[in-house]
Amino acid sequence: MIYDRILVRYGELSIKGKNRKFFKNALHRAIRFKLAPFTDLAFEVTRDRFYILLNGTDAEVVAEKLGEVFGLQSFSLAAKTENDIDAIKQLALAVVQEQYPGPTKFKVETKRANKDFFMQSGEISRAVGGYLLANTQNLKVDVHQPDMILNVEVRREGSFVMAGATRGLGGFPVGSSGKGLLMISGGIDSPVAGYLMQKRGVEIEAIHFASPPYTSDRALQKVVDLLEKVAVYAAKGEIRLHIVPFTKLQEEIHKQMPDAYEMTIMRRMMYRVAEGVAKERGIMVMANGESLGQVASQTLASMNAINAVTSMPIIRPVATYDKLEIIDIAHQIDTYETSILPFEDCCTIFVPKSPATNPTQELCEKYEARFDFSDLVADCIRDVETRVISVGNTGPSDEVAAEIDDLL
Amino acid sequence: MIYLDHSATTNVADEVMDTFVKATANFWGNPSSLHNFGALAEQVLIKSSRQVLDLFSANHHQVIFTSGATESNNLAIKGLARHHPGGHIITTHIEHPSVYEVCLQLEKQGYRISYLDVTKSSAEIVMELERLITKDTFLVSCMHVNSEMGLILPIKEMGAVIAKHPKAKYHVDAVQSVGKLEVNITDMNIDLLSLSAHKIHGIKGVGALVIRQNLQLEPQIVGGGQMGNVRSGTVNAPGAASFAKALRLVCEERTRNFESISQLHSHVLSRLQAIKDVQVNSCFHTQSPYIINFCVAGIRGETLVHALEEHGVYISSKSACSSKTKKASYVLLALGFDESVALESVRVSFAHTTTMEEVDGFITALKTEIAKLT
Repeated sequence: MIYDRILVRYGELSIKGKNRKFFKNALHRAIRFKLAPFTDLAFEVTRDRFYILLNGTDAEVVAEKLGEVFGLQSFSLAAKTENDIDAIKQLALAVVQEQYPGPTKFKVETKRANKDFFMQSGEISRAVGGYLLANTQNLKVDVHQPDMILNVEVRREGSFVMAGATRGLGGFPVGSSGKGLLMISGGIDSPVAGYLMQKRGVEIEAIHFASPPYTSDRALQKVVDLLEKVAVYAAKGEIRLHIVPFTKLQEEIHKQMPDAYEMTIMRRMMYRVAEGVAKERGIMVMANGESLGQVASQTLASMNAINAVTSMPIIRPVATYDKLEIIDIAHQIDTYETSILPFEDCCTIFVPKSPATNPTQELCEKYEARFDFSDLVADCIRDVETRVISVGNTGPSDEVAAEIDDLL
Repeated sequence: MIYLDHSATTNVADEVMDTFVKATANFWGNPSSLHNFGALAEQVLIKSSRQVLDLFSANHHQVIFTSGATESNNLAIKGLARHHPGGHIITTHIEHPSVYEVCLQLEKQGYRISYLDVTKSSAEIVMELERLITKDTFLVSCMHVNSEMGLILPIKEMGAVIAKHPKAKYHVDAVQSVGKLEVNITDMNIDLLSLSAHKIHGIKGVGALVIRQNLQLEPQIVGGGQMGNVRSGTVNAPGAASFAKALRLVCEERTRNFESISQLHSHVLSRLQAIKDVQVNSCFHTQSPYIINFCVAGIRGETLVHALEEHGVYISSKSACSSKTKKASYVLLALGFDESVALESVRVSFAHTTTMEEVDGFITALKTEIAKLT
């Protein structure tokens, strides 16, 4: 392994004017947190660069972890040498031989940040390219469509050689845009919505409506498992989950409200509870996995009638996505297999035969006026149970886990 | 009893038996049940899968528990073939019947099968693979270690070739290598890996197919949609646990066992070669020390097997799966041996439990019988 460091490039951060420093620091924190298990690493921050010094740590393992950090545009494995053209040539050759043993079309690009260096960028590129051609069998120069771009950077602190760049996740460091409350049911869409919120820098807390005994512990466990996967991208690897005891409110809705409006009104109640929980926690936006037209509750008329209960902004990251697009992301973040487990959640019990697909706000209000739900809503908000879900920290009780571990 | 037929099956390790009994007693719920008690069995399954994956350094794979390697091989090949009608498969002539016969069956259905010439050197095998592989190739299926001869195939090097052809998936039958040689799914670029519990001191009726995530396989057993709809049937969680345990035990001791078996192997080899009329067939450049194949001029393999069993020594002629038929071993024929050699060949196979005393007892019995029979 000739690489001794990884060069990290910032994402959209670079356009963030005066806030740049704030975002950069958030990203550094996120990277340091993500890489904390690798104790041999060291970090080096220069004005516009962030280096991870490997000190013998396997670069690929580190690279895999970097792929889980938002706000990171790309990164490259880099090798360092002194500011000496012969040293640069030799290092370039070593990098190429390690990275691209087969036939490859390449070009060399040089950045000379250190203007004291005696050669100009173009000269350096030509010198290195010529050296590579002379000392390898199957390299060809192709400046238009190269398979490999070999980057040489001459900086004050030394010269660097990098072959290729790996794309990061992009977006903003999680937490840099504030906090949102994610409504999570356990389906395919809401974890994806949570992932996408985080992508734009929003730190998420989650709210889940549980209606035992209609819904089971396993349905709740499913939500916990899903959040564990979503928490991979969270700033501290953890997400707060607020579990709402929804049974009584839901039973009452079922009893009191007309069938066709039951679902619409149930969701209005959920929004009211969620808004209450959000306000208590100083959270100013909500998010969910609604996707237009998927089910009765997700028609535009439905959305209008349901949304009317709150003035808090609601972000629906997957609203315009096709199901298959959502599934693709679910696979990518490894939530799909968990999402499709067949447990009832509070949205699938008491489903009326024909829910209204064209509900109106006026009718909702009329029906709701027949029964005073306010105490039940307040109870839901008050009796919320909060858990912290962190990566690698869920599953069966410790006792059972220990018994199973013993078996294996 | 001197049991030298570990390639056919092995005794169950006490610890594995213990796991199976406890798991059966305490986690007998159905992993697919909705209730908590079923969820406990599901946890056993999940943890067992994780352990199996970890032992193969697999990060992007999942485990399908099956009834054994024959099912795993059938599922891997037929399951993939259904999505590639008329496609091209590359395999070898020395595969286990559950691969070989499946390929013959597919050939009749219009698939094109190419066979690698495994009599060549590893480097040449890899080169031939590179030559044979085309854009129509959807599967390369190859065993890691041949069960009759102990020939080791260049799985890692072949994996590197296949990695350059993303359409081609790589199936490895690792039944005879797991716990004996290193099997690293990631390094070897393996998409599908067949395994059997009873060859590694686990219980019978349990096997696994480790597959890359998102790989679409047409189920061969349909029903309740268990195991991610790839393999229906109530999942055998206690079996899975005992398998994970057996695998851990052999993998943890792999390097040490390999060294002691290598010594045992050279010892037996030199003693066999000292016997007149004995010809050792399994002397490949890449040879598993767990298997020795040899023949005694003028004595049919079957005769020798029965003669030795009088001494309580158990060895085998051909692989157990095909030794009931009278024909000569197709594996030996494919490796270029004469039919007479193929008919006379016998195999001894070791496990880490095999002792020097046992192999010496075997040699003594062998000498006695050769003297009697020739």
